[in-house]
Amino acid sequence: MTSPDDLLAQTLRAEAGPLVARLSRRFGDFDLAEEAVQGAVVEALSSWRRDGPPQRPGAWLQVAADRNAMDGLRLRDRQRALAVRAVAPPVDDERGGTDDRLALLFACCHPALAPDARLALTLRAVVGLTTPQIARAFLVHESTLAQRIVRAKRKIVAAHIALTVPAEADLSERLGDVLAVVYVMFNEGFVSSTGATQDRDLAADAVWLADVVATALPGEAEAWGLAALLTIQHARSRARFSDGDLILLRDQDRTLWDVDAIADGERLIERAASLRRPGPYQLQAAIAAVHATGSSWEETDWLQIALLYDELARFDPSPVVRLNQVVARAQVVGAADALAGLESLAEPLAGYHLFHATRAQLLSDLGRDDEAAHANRRALELTTNDAERRLLTTRLHRRPLDDGT
Amino acid sequence: MKYVLMYTSRPDLAAGADPEAAQLVYKRVYEWFGENAGVMADSGAELLGVETATTVRHGSDGAVVVDGPFNEAKEVIGGFSVIDVADMDAAIAVVKTWPLLEMPGIAVEIRPMVEDYSHMA
Repeated sequence: MTSPDDLLAQTLRAEAGPLVARLSRRFGDFDLAEEAVQGAVVEALSSWRRDGPPQRPGAWLQVAADRNAMDGLRLRDRQRALAVRAVAPPVDDERGGTDDRLALLFACCHPALAPDARLALTLRAVVGLTTPQIARAFLVHESTLAQRIVRAKRKIVAAHIALTVPAEADLSERLGDVLAVVYVMFNEGFVSSTGATQDRDLAADAVWLADVVATALPGEAEAWGLAALLTIQHARSRARFSDGDLILLRDQDRTLWDVDAIADGERLIERAASLRRPGPYQLQAAIAAVHATGSSWEETDWLQIALLYDELARFDPSPVVRLNQVVARAQVVGAADALAGLESLAEPLAGYHLFHATRAQLLSDLGRDDEAAHANRRALELTTNDAERRLLTTRLHRRPLDDGT
Repeated sequence: MKYVLMYTSRPDLAAGADPEAAQLVYKRVYEWFGENAGVMADSGAELLGVETATTVRHGSDGAVVVDGPFNEAKEVIGGFSVIDVADMDAAIAVVKTWPLLEMPGIAVEIRPMVEDYSHMA
């Protein structure tokens, strides 16, 4: 079902990015353009909620953003404002929409910007979220967030970071930065969205953005891989929360999964695989697909998952991937061997709550309940996410449940 | 758009480098300046060692002259160039080919130069 907020969100994210890019070109000032569009988005949220969306939302936003940009320009530079006013605005061409959005996205995810600013700026400029919405999603102070965004925008202007898609030679490296931002956007939404207090579904926005990127760069296998991964994960979203509590994969009501979306995700994996350039997002998508097509936790093809994790660890031997590898192997080789496999990760993951949660599960499977409770407590101390805290608390009081999500 | 490139190094890390390899890299530095002559907006400067630095610092009873560089950081500035290129991506592309980047502790800071003083009037 599409709620009025969903409809608003879809319209804003369709229009905001290309509008920022067009105004940046027209005024030669990204900061001014982005500010003007943000203002228009804020106005749209209150006006459209009150009176319903206008007939042509894109035109409405453009008029509002134009007016804001002129106001902003007048404050800064009266002469230039008059000069710009004298020139008629260019005819709005839809053709540039996708390319514009992609160029804007690459600028917002530029490695010269602070990593924590990239996501915030992307959410505002490309996806059309407001600063308060982003602040709520990340549980940060609005003023802190606003400062971070302002700093990044000023740097884009001052250092001449161009709104362009990188040249072929740099594309795959720079695309990695973009995909990383989209991935984090999804995970933020996936873990923290509890429904009631959110008027934007960050995970849905990330699925949309991943699809935008893959469609715009059809030769990039990892872009399709990420689109596939997020599509499949998102297909399970309705089953992940119950009354605000996080439900783990093992316990999810599989009838709530969106089978059409899972099938879409599998098609996206095939599309990626046809390019014959495997990568970590594609492998994660394949793992997610095996989970999503298993008829139950027990019936899941764990051997296949364990093999895919082995492959993933070759691309990305990070401790977190190796932790997941251990979890998958535990299903194949048993808890005792898996627990031994955890030993080498104890040091690098000492501060990672899911390491301790996994260890707790394995210990509990082996009947070592006191040690399991101790590990669960450690996991609880380390997690900052509300839903995860509640889950771990439940585990401490009930019997521990299982691994990750 | 003009950018100042500040070449920095970590003497503590450079000490461990293989002198022969370093020799080869330095040779490529000269070639690099030749290859990039087209974007160099002026000659820039290579600086003598940080042990020759003198700093004049604000003091409540007037300026104070002290021995040493202006900051205590481990990185020292070895020189700078001014380049004139289209945008930040072009500047990064130039800097990424700086031969010394193969050696540990080497870093190049890119700073846009103020070119338009009209807003300060």
